[in-house]
Amino acid sequence: MITDAPPIVTRRVRAEGSHTIEQYLATGGYDGLRAALARSPEEVREEVAKASLLGRGGAGFPAGRKWSMLAKAETTYLVVNGDESEPATFKDHLLVERDPNQVVEGAIIAAYALQVRQAFIFCRGEFALGLERLQQACNDAYAIGALGSSIFGSGFSLDLVVHPGAGAYICGEETALLESLEGKRGFPRIKPPYFPAAIGLYGAPTVVNNVETVSNLPWIAVHGGEAFAALGEGSSTGTRLFALSGRVVRPGWYELEMAKTTFRDVIYDPSLGGGIAGGAELKAFIPGGVSAPWFGPEHLDLGLDQDAVGAAGSMLGSGSIVVMDSTTCAVRAAWRITRFFARESCGQCTPCREGSGWLEKVMARIESGDGREEDLDLVMDACDNIAPGVSWPPQQTTICVLGPSIPSSIASAIRMFRDEFLRHVKDGACPMRGDR
Amino acid sequence: MAHLSEENLERARRVVAVYPHRRSALIPLCHLAQSQDGWLTEEAMEDIAHLTGVTPAEVRGTASFYDMLHTEPVGRHVVAVCTNVACMLAGAYELLEHAERRLGVHPGQTTEDGEFTLEEAECLAGCDTAPCVQVNHRFFGPLDADGFDRLVEDLAAGALADEVPRHGVLCRVERTVGLLADGAAVGGAAAGGAAAGGAAAGGAGDGAAAGGGGQ
Repeated sequence: MITDAPPIVTRRVRAEGSHTIEQYLATGGYDGLRAALARSPEEVREEVAKASLLGRGGAGFPAGRKWSMLAKAETTYLVVNGDESEPATFKDHLLVERDPNQVVEGAIIAAYALQVRQAFIFCRGEFALGLERLQQACNDAYAIGALGSSIFGSGFSLDLVVHPGAGAYICGEETALLESLEGKRGFPRIKPPYFPAAIGLYGAPTVVNNVETVSNLPWIAVHGGEAFAALGEGSSTGTRLFALSGRVVRPGWYELEMAKTTFRDVIYDPSLGGGIAGGAELKAFIPGGVSAPWFGPEHLDLGLDQDAVGAAGSMLGSGSIVVMDSTTCAVRAAWRITRFFARESCGQCTPCREGSGWLEKVMARIESGDGREEDLDLVMDACDNIAPGVSWPPQQTTICVLGPSIPSSIASAIRMFRDEFLRHVKDGACPMRGDR
Repeated sequence: MAHLSEENLERARRVVAVYPHRRSALIPLCHLAQSQDGWLTEEAMEDIAHLTGVTPAEVRGTASFYDMLHTEPVGRHVVAVCTNVACMLAGAYELLEHAERRLGVHPGQTTEDGEFTLEEAECLAGCDTAPCVQVNHRFFGPLDADGFDRLVEDLAAGALADEVPRHGVLCRVERTVGLLADGAAVGGAAAGGAAAGGAAAGGAGDGAAAGGGGQ
């Protein structure tokens, strides 16, 4: 069901000039920071814990718990992860371009709660306009006293630096992001430590929060954690920004109340996705970014609920839903996703580096009609070498979760559309050729 | 003799100063060098190495990891056509084929006049406007063949010069303040860097006055 939950992170974005400090201040901008500064850092942390705000980057780890893990040290850091690169995810892109001041304010609130003295916003390099607007928002925050020394006279001081990425999917992984921020190749760090909250930027304890996660903080600071937790259900509280793409009439971003709204609502409701483009039938959909196993029509009535989607064998991940219809070649879709991972593997771990390349080649061979029936077992065997058992959640043989994400699409496509793979082999060509 | 211009060297020093450890400025300085030259030259990498306290080989070794940093010359306009799954479902490969015919080059190649470099891109986070294209990291989409042709004509005619600066120019808004305007010790830099590594950039508290140039 589509509820009348208030928009939280997108309340400004439709207005002309929503990115300017003038508009921001005229629409309640920095009220959240003032409300936060009126409380102790502990009280702000408690509000966020009460909100049960789940991290919006993809892993869905509770933000309050992440904060509570920050090790005590003289120097600690906050890094806002705006390196949005999970295919079909475009929510942070919207937020940095259309409400950059909210991102900055959220970062300042988080830094105050954590008593961090220097924070960074790591913004994907390809977001040129987003970078310009974030930098302007940062400059404006200094100008109005929301950054720098003794923010709004509170005695709390903070520096914020907007840092551009340079094009690498892997830098969305938080330890790779920190390496990149240190001026190195984006190689994920060996775990343990599992969390930068123990050892992070320059070896100092560091909290890494997603752009959308911190964008919720101004609202939570004003309205309280309980008001946020009253939205949604169970552990999936609040609203969330979903990115809908693929074969729908109205691709786009939609901020929806978690758990209560279903995939059917998102894909078919006339005010949201508006149904399948061209009147074809739904074939499959990816519920949370291309690292997630695929769902079929039988999953349409699942709520946008992190636990429910997990229990059904996939993940809500980065909140991006990709719709495939009856004209979509499942083999080609799985091949294209595999090709992405092959291109973006950082190359540190053999199973991921070699496995992704081999999988891409064999999938391409099947798709073009040059495959053999044994290739299906071959690709599943290669998947098993990357993520033993090819189960969900996946087992891991690599430093980070990029590797174990590779089998999701291939295993889903073979499980759901085995006949389609076999027809490619038998016909010696793609049976969907001529369609998309 | 530095390769970066005096003005860009001054900019570079201001960038270095906002980081607790100067190596963190490496990637931002690669972008800065690309804004001067359009790509990352050998000479610029030597300057960056000097500014960040690493060897030129470490600059190249880092830069070569990243798609946006070009260690070979590229055209004034880098046209990146996304073909990842969401764009593919909206006809991105057909658009890419059209782009190849229209520009007369394959992905990774530059037109003879140096105007256009064509790239096949991974997801650019423009899936609601699929198929999506970036020119010098500015978004266009959804684009069909006619739309692509019009875009190329506009770019060649300079009609989009304000919206799409030449390749390498990324963020045209500069930071207007140094670390903490009053020069107080905040973060690792002025405090000498509490964390491992210790190679704190000097003078972070200096130059706190407006860097200028922002618009």
